[in-house]
Amino acid sequence: MLSEESLKKIEREIAKYPPDQKQSAVMAALIIAQDEKGWLATETLDSVAQLLGMAPVAVYEVATFYNMYNRAPTGRYKLTICTCLPCGLQGSLDAADHLKDRLGIGFNETTPDGRFTLKEGECMGACAMAPVVLVNNKRMCDAMSKERLDALIDELRESA
Amino acid sequence: MDRVSTKQQAAMPIEFKLNGNTVVGRPDETIIECARRHGVEIPHLCYTPGLRPDGNCRACMVEVKGERVLAPSCCRGPSEGMEVTSDSPRARASQKMVLELLLADMPAQAYRRDSELARWVEKLGVGAPRFAARAQPGADLSHPAIAVRLDACIQCTRCLRACREAQVNDVIGYAQRGEHSKIVFDFDDPMGASSCVACGECVQACPTGALMPAREWGLAAIDRTVDSVCPFCGVGCLLTYHVKGNRIAFVTGQDGPSNHGRLCVKGRYGFDYAHHPHRLTKPLIRKPGVAKDPERAVAPQDWDAVFMEASWDEALAVAARGLREIRERHGAGALAGFGSAKGSNEEAYLFQKLVRTGFGSNNVDHCTRLCHASSVAALLEGIGSGAVSNQVNDVANAELIFVIGANPTSNHPVAATWMKNAAQRGAKLIVADPRRTDLARHATHFLQFTPDTDVALLNAMIHTIVDEGLVNEAFVRDRTSGYEALKANAKAFAPEKMAPICGIPAQTIREVARLYATSKGSMIFWGMGISQHVHGTDNARCLIALALMTGQIGRPGTGLHPLRGQNNVQGASDSGLIPMVFPDYQRVDNPEANARFEKLWGVALDRKPGLTVVEIINAAYDRAIKGMYIMGENPAMSDPDVAHARAALARLDHLVVQDIFLTETAALADVVLPATAWPEKVGTVTNTDRMVQLGRKALEPPGEAREDLWIVNALARGLGLDWKYNHPRQVFDEMRRCMDSIAGITWERLERDASVTYPCPNEGDPGEPVVFREVFPTATGRAKFVPADLIPAAEHPDTEYPMVLITGRQLEHWHTGAITRRSGVLDAIEPEPTALVHPLDLAAAGARPGEVISVASRRGKISLYARADEGTPRGCVFVPFAYYEAAANLLTNPVLDPFGKIPEFKYCAVKLERGGPRPADPGYGKGSALAAIEG
Ligand code: SF4
Ligand code: SF4
Ligand code: FES
Ligand code: FES
Repeated sequence: MLSEESLKKIEREIAKYPPDQKQSAVMAALIIAQDEKGWLATETLDSVAQLLGMAPVAVYEVATFYNMYNRAPTGRYKLTICTCLPCGLQGSLDAADHLKDRLGIGFNETTPDGRFTLKEGECMGACAMAPVVLVNNKRMCDAMSKERLDALIDELRESA
Repeated sequence: MDRVSTKQQAAMPIEFKLNGNTVVGRPDETIIECARRHGVEIPHLCYTPGLRPDGNCRACMVEVKGERVLAPSCCRGPSEGMEVTSDSPRARASQKMVLELLLADMPAQAYRRDSELARWVEKLGVGAPRFAARAQPGADLSHPAIAVRLDACIQCTRCLRACREAQVNDVIGYAQRGEHSKIVFDFDDPMGASSCVACGECVQACPTGALMPAREWGLAAIDRTVDSVCPFCGVGCLLTYHVKGNRIAFVTGQDGPSNHGRLCVKGRYGFDYAHHPHRLTKPLIRKPGVAKDPERAVAPQDWDAVFMEASWDEALAVAARGLREIRERHGAGALAGFGSAKGSNEEAYLFQKLVRTGFGSNNVDHCTRLCHASSVAALLEGIGSGAVSNQVNDVANAELIFVIGANPTSNHPVAATWMKNAAQRGAKLIVADPRRTDLARHATHFLQFTPDTDVALLNAMIHTIVDEGLVNEAFVRDRTSGYEALKANAKAFAPEKMAPICGIPAQTIREVARLYATSKGSMIFWGMGISQHVHGTDNARCLIALALMTGQIGRPGTGLHPLRGQNNVQGASDSGLIPMVFPDYQRVDNPEANARFEKLWGVALDRKPGLTVVEIINAAYDRAIKGMYIMGENPAMSDPDVAHARAALARLDHLVVQDIFLTETAALADVVLPATAWPEKVGTVTNTDRMVQLGRKALEPPGEAREDLWIVNALARGLGLDWKYNHPRQVFDEMRRCMDSIAGITWERLERDASVTYPCPNEGDPGEPVVFREVFPTATGRAKFVPADLIPAAEHPDTEYPMVLITGRQLEHWHTGAITRRSGVLDAIEPEPTALVHPLDLAAAGARPGEVISVASRRGKISLYARADEGTPRGCVFVPFAYYEAAANLLTNPVLDPFGKIPEFKYCAVKLERGGPRPADPGYGKGSALAAIEG
């Protein structure tokens, strides 16, 4: 079950659309649910479906289409690095390798201490500032040289 | 130039060029459809008639002169003067490329004989693909009916549209993205564990064999196909048997008027009961000296402890002699017959004729008594006809659909799909039921009212309509009588007063009443939740009043529709399997009708209405009735307080049972006559929509089993009747002579059209889907209001028995389970008896889902597996009555509605406890059927 607060937020999203088009709020609702739970479990998808009067399978389609939705638990910090062509040409593949080395994990893996998960992402609309890393879907870090990547990792390692 | 209305414009023909020829298209069709009409084939995969075009495969690309890119002909409509080529080198190259790419991923072995992809590949001469194959998912064989092999999937999403847009079951999804995209069931669950209801619509839609009937039946070399009608429910879907040898390999839906290609799990996968080894293949006679034991049924495999095989001559002689002797010694009143709503019209007609002319009384009835007798009583009284006013598919024209006391997704699954489609299109769907069933998910309003308070709820709606001035005064004035009494009665039922009784807020009642009264077209559907109460007739009277006072009847998209349960309960009733009426509802105590039938049949007839089902059983218990002939019914399971019913049957001096299995009733017989299953004979049945439809023979019956019609005939001759019917056609012709409603339906027409709607009084009449347009078939032509008061159920919960028992059916099992528990797939899906209980009630009893619980009433006790169901209201238990080892009817209360004589199956007091013996093995079902049939 989602918390009162999340339910309220979802209500607010639903209110933005005509009553017979509640399902338009599905993406926003999934984000809110994921923010609360950290990932989208089957039960969570079910309750979103119920809130929006949608077929559960239709919610699942959305949740599996976009890779910002986590269908499995992640580490405390999910680092998503864009590996699309423009970023790739500007060093993001090297940056990704550096992250893998530093964290000792590959894509779609989580460090044993549960702190980091590494993911490959699609264009984030910041190609001019490659390489781009997104932290927990919300914090965008750009021009990620090796130094800046190290600094990011150190910062997140030390954070509470 | 004259102005053209939008409507006219939408109907104007469009002239354009197709592959160089001038063709005329319609504005409502696509290029591919128009091409097909003109004999031009355009390759296609994701398009299939009947489903929304999705345009995803691009196999159907055509060149349009003057356009830069090719166009998908399945999504594009023609326009005036357009020049389209489907066979130009450019179009062909594109089409072939699509086919080649898809072919590259196909598995080496085929999963079906006629893959559409393979067909187009061959037609267009596509060679070996030049591309590497992708990695493909493995097979999912978790479902008993359907094999999933996505390596043959071309992602055309036809299955998805079939599941979500046609059937609206919402199981199939297209998940993930890019190269990971795949067809999924629910959240990528194994199909057997998903919420799939096995309607098979996706299998029928799949072009490549990725979804196929399980156990490789899709690869069977079919010898012949036979068009027929489904034997299970009142929807009456037309279907095609695909036969190999003497075995039905699989079934597909036909474009019938009630189903348009759709079927449900029973119609599609339930046919193999005909091949079950328990089929009776020889006549049986009770061994001398073996007593009838009402407490224990004979396990089908131990039949020889009780019976011995006999020749047909011997068995018929014993059967007829016993009946004759009782007639001679004790008079006609000592005999009775139960016909069946599962048989054909011709069988029903001959059966009642046999009772009326051979036994000499009107003691003939069938299970209509247990399902819609009260509805029919109210309808005959109110509007002069017991049949539906509008057909199910008329929901397409309705603005509002009110479903009360019915669970169509389980019991009329294909009918439910039309309702769900209508709801998706934007029609208001109001579902009122004490149980929250699947349809509620699609409802705009769901009213979970307190069991037994139907009249309170409905009268409150009637009150609102009067109170708020929403009555259709003109309709009431011109077409009805008795409105003042209804109005006066309604005064006392203000929604505000009824709300605490029925548990629905007054505001909701008012809103729903307003919507119903004011919509452009409102249809009412109801089921056994309305009829199976001591106040069943009153419940139906209220529904009739609602339709009449608002004028929501007599037009398309309006009307009253009691959803008929059995495949032929409409037809069996029409054919006179009812104690008070001859065929076509002509009352036996009406001298005119009596004279008509005396003339037709050439014998004197009893003018006294006969006894009804429960009355006959009671009379047997009291030994007033001493002999019975039962054709295809199983009162030892279907009657209320079934321990009493079994004892009654055991007390008969002579019981003749004609059936295809050794049912619980047959186990109490003196003579058992082996009959034919539905695919083994020819006959007509009449569905809930008043469509008379032709069932055809696809299989030879096993052993010495004989066609039911032949058996009835033979027995009639044994009773001294001079009958010579050789073919159902002769019987049907006789029926036409005494049943005005079908007088215009010829056998030839049935053979040609397969389905004809009545009333059809004259040959060539199209049949009337919507009736009561101008008048009602009553003496005055007016309909009559009959007000109803609150009558409580006969037995209310108390401290000793604090809960309410609701009985009913489930999707997979039909009636007493004799057939469906011997069907491989249906038995595999629902093998064991279960009780649905609210999770909190279950917890209160200290039990967990899956554990055995006991349910007891004042009449009996059963134990079965608990299923937690949030749709079941607190304080209620729902038990399907199809299971011998936990027969719900051991608990039910045999009290009757005074008008319809229907028992109160939907309400009695019970108590629930954790624990009890595990449900025993009746010798069939329990997941054994598949192995028994497939060997
Ligand atoms: S069988 Fe019916 S319910 Fe099941 S997945 Fe196919 S279409 Fe959907
Ligand atoms: S809906 Fe009824 S008639 Fe149609 S296939 Fe299912 S059981 Fe048969
Ligand atoms: S390609 Fe990486 S942000 Fe656009
Ligand atoms: S058939 Fe037209 S795009 Fe698939």
